[in-house]
Amino acid sequence: MKKKKEVKKIVFHSAKEMPLMPMSLGSMLYNKTGSWRNIKPVIDLEKCIQCGICWKFCPDISIYIENEYPVIDYDYCKGCGICAEECPTKCIVMVEEKK
Amino acid sequence: MKKVIMGNHSLSYGAMLSRAQVISAYPITPQTQVVELLSEMCANNVLDAKFIKVESEHSAMASCIGASLAGARTFTATSAQGLALMHELLHWASGGRMPVVMGNINRAMAPGWSIWTDQNDSLSQRDTGWIQIYCSSNQEVLDTVIQAFKVSEKIMIPSMVVLDAFVLSHTYEVVDIPDQEKVDAYLPPFKPEFTLTPDDPHAFGGLTSPEHYFELRYMLQKDMEKVPALIQETAKEFEEMFGRYPGLVEAYRCEDADVTLVTSGTVGYTARVAVDMLREEGIKAGNLRIKVFRPFPFEIIRKILGEARKVAVVDRNISYGHHGIFYEEVKSAIYGFTKDIPIFGFIAGLGGRDITPEDLKGIAHYALKKDRPEEEIVWIGVKK
Repeated sequence: MKKKKEVKKIVFHSAKEMPLMPMSLGSMLYNKTGSWRNIKPVIDLEKCIQCGICWKFCPDISIYIENEYPVIDYDYCKGCGICAEECPTKCIVMVEEKK
Repeated sequence: MKKVIMGNHSLSYGAMLSRAQVISAYPITPQTQVVELLSEMCANNVLDAKFIKVESEHSAMASCIGASLAGARTFTATSAQGLALMHELLHWASGGRMPVVMGNINRAMAPGWSIWTDQNDSLSQRDTGWIQIYCSSNQEVLDTVIQAFKVSEKIMIPSMVVLDAFVLSHTYEVVDIPDQEKVDAYLPPFKPEFTLTPDDPHAFGGLTSPEHYFELRYMLQKDMEKVPALIQETAKEFEEMFGRYPGLVEAYRCEDADVTLVTSGTVGYTARVAVDMLREEGIKAGNLRIKVFRPFPFEIIRKILGEARKVAVVDRNISYGHHGIFYEEVKSAIYGFTKDIPIFGFIAGLGGRDITPEDLKGIAHYALKKDRPEEEIVWIGVKK
């Protein structure tokens, strides 16, 4: 439910430090996928009924809930538009990213 | 206790005595009886293991990988097309460092459809990062399964215990089945450093960037290099407890040999008979049976073949467009490390055609007659 924590990229400098198995070799959180986005979801909170469907459907766990309302985590949101598609009140719209 | 059992059941007893906890397999002739007996053992509570029925060998190995990751000792068995279907997962098991032990009954690859023996199925999996051990008797099969669990779990690399279709899989031999207590003392329970558990969640086998992938492969190779010594160490321990030494190779009358046959699998035992027959004729022949193929036991092979005068490698397999695979491997292992030794490559017995003592005698005579190899491949018993 909460915003993702900032995580530093883990780099092993020697095989000796690494686990034997390819397991949990650091987190991918450092990889801010938000930069991949061409269109972004924008929520009109006036129309939001706090159903949580957008939060549930977000495949990248890039929507968290703050003060009972959904918030988009633009650091990671890739702009897939699933939240806008699923929102029952259509309060999420996809707008062009202007960089 | 001594029992007369077939090679397939040697694998089953080996897995039972090793207390395999998860067994997942799909039947394929000539392997079928391995899992048939294991499923009976599970059903009758002789073996406290979860038997997972699957729809394919791909899923069988996938189940073993999942179970191994969860910390269970896992076993499966297959042959030929079944092994080929597992191919992708073989990389997952070795790359993920999961010590699965598998029996593979060497069966020729189709087409033409075959259920008879040759080694092309397992040798096609040469570069998947599995330990490969080729057995020559039912006793060796049973002993090797128990030892393979010990080696694999120590070094976290999976093992393939290989035996010839029918010549071993369906042949009944006297096998000493060790006491469970003694096997328990030899093989402690599997306790991996990391397991898949909700108490300490980790992602296994996830995306690995170029920053780390290379090191994982380096570590796998470095650990593979430790396996020959580990096999010798565990074989010595095995010998102390059970009186048999499941080592890397078996050298038979090689010391003063004018011609050394290099063999594997059951051909290795036929070759001993051929060597005795040749010796009776006054020909100094020897036989080096290679048991462990991966990792290739360079040191011991260089030591034994370094003393040889002529080497004749017998392959029941072929790398199309090249040579017999053991021939390639032996040549590359000794090149530059020993004196220049003429080394001849023979291909025999593909698709289960018998390799007789007479064939092997002919091979020895051929090598003795020639100074240097004159053909890339010398074919034995093919109707040209």
